[in-house]
Amino acid sequence: MMILKGSEIIMECLLKEGVHVMFGYPGGAILPTYDAMAKYEDRLHHVLVRHEQGASHMADGYARATGEVGVCIATSGPGATNLVTGLATAMMDSSPVLAITGQVPIPAIGSDAFQETDVTGVTLPITKHNYLVTDVRDLAYTMKEAFHIARTGRPGPVLVDVPKDVQNAETEFVYPDSEIVLPGYHPPSSAEEHEIEAALQLIADSKRPIILAGHGILMSGAMSEVRELSERAQIPVSLTLLGKGAMPEDHPLVIGMMGMHGEACSNLAIQEADLLIALGMRFDDRVTGNLKTYALNARKIHIDIDRSEINKNVRADVGIAGDLKTVLTQLLPKLPRHSHLDWIGRIRDWQEDSSERDILNYETPGILLTAQVINDIWRLTGGDAITVTDVGQHQMLEAQYYPHQRPSTLLTSGGLGTMGFGFPAAIGAKFGKPNEEIWAIVGDGGFQMTLCEMATAVQENINVNIAIINNNFLGMVRQWQELFFEKRYQATPMVNPDFCKLADAYGIPNRLVTQRDQIEDAVNFARGIDGPTLIEFVVEKEEMVYPMVPAGADLHDMKRRPKPGEA
Amino acid sequence: MDEAKTENKMTVVALVENEPGVLNRIASLFRRRAFNIDSLTVGRTHRPHISRMTIRVVAGPEYARKIATNLQKLVNVIDVRVLDNEPHVERDLALIKVRNDDADSRNTITEICDRYPARIIDVGPHVAIIEMVGTETIIEEFIEEVRPTGIVEMIRTGVVSMGRGTRIHDTKFINRRALLEAAAKARTGNGRID
Repeated sequence: MMILKGSEIIMECLLKEGVHVMFGYPGGAILPTYDAMAKYEDRLHHVLVRHEQGASHMADGYARATGEVGVCIATSGPGATNLVTGLATAMMDSSPVLAITGQVPIPAIGSDAFQETDVTGVTLPITKHNYLVTDVRDLAYTMKEAFHIARTGRPGPVLVDVPKDVQNAETEFVYPDSEIVLPGYHPPSSAEEHEIEAALQLIADSKRPIILAGHGILMSGAMSEVRELSERAQIPVSLTLLGKGAMPEDHPLVIGMMGMHGEACSNLAIQEADLLIALGMRFDDRVTGNLKTYALNARKIHIDIDRSEINKNVRADVGIAGDLKTVLTQLLPKLPRHSHLDWIGRIRDWQEDSSERDILNYETPGILLTAQVINDIWRLTGGDAITVTDVGQHQMLEAQYYPHQRPSTLLTSGGLGTMGFGFPAAIGAKFGKPNEEIWAIVGDGGFQMTLCEMATAVQENINVNIAIINNNFLGMVRQWQELFFEKRYQATPMVNPDFCKLADAYGIPNRLVTQRDQIEDAVNFARGIDGPTLIEFVVEKEEMVYPMVPAGADLHDMKRRPKPGEA
Repeated sequence: MDEAKTENKMTVVALVENEPGVLNRIASLFRRRAFNIDSLTVGRTHRPHISRMTIRVVAGPEYARKIATNLQKLVNVIDVRVLDNEPHVERDLALIKVRNDDADSRNTITEICDRYPARIIDVGPHVAIIEMVGTETIIEEFIEEVRPTGIVEMIRTGVVSMGRGTRIHDTKFINRRALLEAAAKARTGNGRID
């Protein structure tokens, strides 16, 4: 019989679930658990962050890069509330994160004790599920349930709040070896036969079909099935931001990203289509624009693991709640070959129209554009790095100018749009994928929200390259102010620190780039160093991201990229 | 009473784990998704670990289904049904305190109560408490009848519903810790799993 303290049980459970690394910050109510870590140091590495928000984003970045549960840990009260932004980010993007928080001892709960916060209350709407463990005998199976819930079905963050006295209490440690059976938790898996038939019929009837490829494809691991669907039925594929990597972007049937800053040809194709096949995506408002005019000519097949997503924003003619890989495996053997030459030809015409407007074709002597920086990073990394972005103009330009061939190589906060996500998430991703080249592509605004993690990167000597796209503006907000608020730049110009000096202070090798011909040298410099590096790219102050569908406008009502000379 | 409004009500019944915070999760879901609910009741069932909720919403069937699919996502919610497609019974309970300080009002109230499944359960010199059990519609009718005599206080429990016939809405779920402790005992030879 193995009698362990609650704190040791937490460690044992992490090991049982295959966890090798956790990101956290100690404090009073979690101290027993930190004390127990010493015994497990050789198998379970703890990364000391500089702010708990960083820990939550690192766990999220780890989860997105690997598909495994990322673990973060914090103390009660302020430690736990600092996780909130990261948990909300993970929730919106269905990222499997486990947060362990200390809580004041059970007798003190509800007494407004020092560093007491009702953390399960606070995180209730931003976690998939959460627990307050009030008895050490519940701890092991609660941990097992938490991992199970985080990684299965539509993944998401789960928080386990453990009072200090529960961490100190002892009990027999038994890790439930049986599969977890939760009475109220049954993620759907396969489709009904009639649903498959109905979907096949809609595909057969369609002359202008389009696949909307979302994050669910990556989470389900259905990349090859989607590719087969697209190739066999000759259906063009438009990607959501988080769906990037679902199909290689150089595939002839991939027509680019959709939505607010998507490719014009993608948005036009959606509006002209007679069938949308929505796979693991949720018709976010950034993807649909005005719902009243969205894809009016199209019938819709919607396959998603979350039943409540079906008919939420867009009415589905065939709605299938199920695991994509399973459902497509049911569907594919019955799918005949189709051909849509005219339709694909039309989209190609639109495609040419948009590439002719491409910024990269301009001569821009003396100035540096974000698109050029990102496209050069793409070229110099062979298009094969994992890029982790922050939120804003650079994020959208990354999506446009860094084509991704493999799944889970673009990590970005899509749903919540969390500034400050990029850099810590990149650190987490590197722990998950130590053999991959990792680039954190961040703006000057977002980077300053979590730049304290430079110390973490140095302490861990983690090989993450930071590319700061510095326009001394909150660029995307400035873009909206230019377009919709008559250029009243309220609270968007930024007086920034000297990022290179800052990197020096942290002991991070760095370069400053102000001209396009300096990019290659700087990127190669960063790639040659085994440890954190930083490049500050000083770009044009008032760049715009095009195409753009203004918020709430019709999807076909895009502001297009200006032709050379028009800008 | 607004008959049309009553007709537009949908009933969602949910079996939930009887654990701390479950009601809070459900209330939080309704608030977060801006679901507008008419009444929500929760009570124990014949299984100690299971509570049952009846949720009434002023909405069409599509809205009720949306609520049901979202409820079903909560880990502590075991099973959800939208009741309106199947025959069911429903009951609401009201306690109504009315003025009772002259012979006229006493007579009127007794007379009205005779025509309804209502009982006077407490009588004082100035006020009386009426207990009324029935469908939502009949309770609302009753309230309108007694209103002229002067309602001074009132409380309703909200509707509870149950489907008719043998389509049983139940679960065999057993409390997890009880199950695991039994398993642990079985391993050490001190007990057995049923």
